[in-house]
Amino acid sequence: MELSQVAEILEAKVLTGSEHLDKEAHSACGSDMMSDVLAFVKDQGILLTGLVNSQVIRTTLMMDMGCVVFVRGKTPTEEMIELAENIGTVLMTTQLTMYESCGRLYLAGLGR
Amino acid sequence: MAENETLNFHFDVDGNDFTSAGEASVKVKKLMRQLGFSPELTRRVSIAMYEGEINMVIHANGGTADVYVDEDCLRVVLADEGPGIADVETAMQEGYSTAPDNIRALGFGAGMGLPNMKNYSDEMSIDSVVGKGTTIELKFKVS
Repeated sequence: MELSQVAEILEAKVLTGSEHLDKEAHSACGSDMMSDVLAFVKDQGILLTGLVNSQVIRTTLMMDMGCVVFVRGKTPTEEMIELAENIGTVLMTTQLTMYESCGRLYLAGLGR
Repeated sequence: MAENETLNFHFDVDGNDFTSAGEASVKVKKLMRQLGFSPELTRRVSIAMYEGEINMVIHANGGTADVYVDEDCLRVVLADEGPGIADVETAMQEGYSTAPDNIRALGFGAGMGLPNMKNYSDEMSIDSVVGKGTTIELKFKVS
């Protein structure tokens, strides 16, 4: 699924990285615990999270994940947006809850 | 690279600022990409080092990270002068953590750091003295 479709399905606002929206992701991961992301994620291209700090961006870089979706209307700080810009990570924010965000993407076929 | 020449990259890890934790690992990831290492090895090294950096900031007020690149082996040495690990065996168990609640609220402290460093490296050794500090060496084979 293209990241542009992810944004559409989640009615998300893209905060940075709009030039990368044509990139494909095959699966996603929903977590507020970066420790778990570092331990268990494998080849998921998208992280959905309600956590807002710089470590979210660094964690996704380490895991080679190209996109972070902030759920429940959370907005990253300027510092995080700048960090993401530098490393080419797409950031978006949706008003939907984690549960509904994951549900919509799964129903649309992501990770199935 | 001349034969037997080891490249060394040194980083100071600031223990006072959780926000900046992981900066050294980000730099190492970039360096490894530039040096042409495989994406898989680059990912393993950077994740393991990132976990180590986070640990040093949470538990030991920072420290140093050194990366040594040999022809067939890449080593990451993380050294701190923190409180040390009293029981390394217990600390290695998945889910065991002594991180405070404020760290958990930041998304870390699930007790996966050390096990993860072991899983992502080919060899790991921990040298720790209570009250003196901890040095962890991670080895990665370069194929």
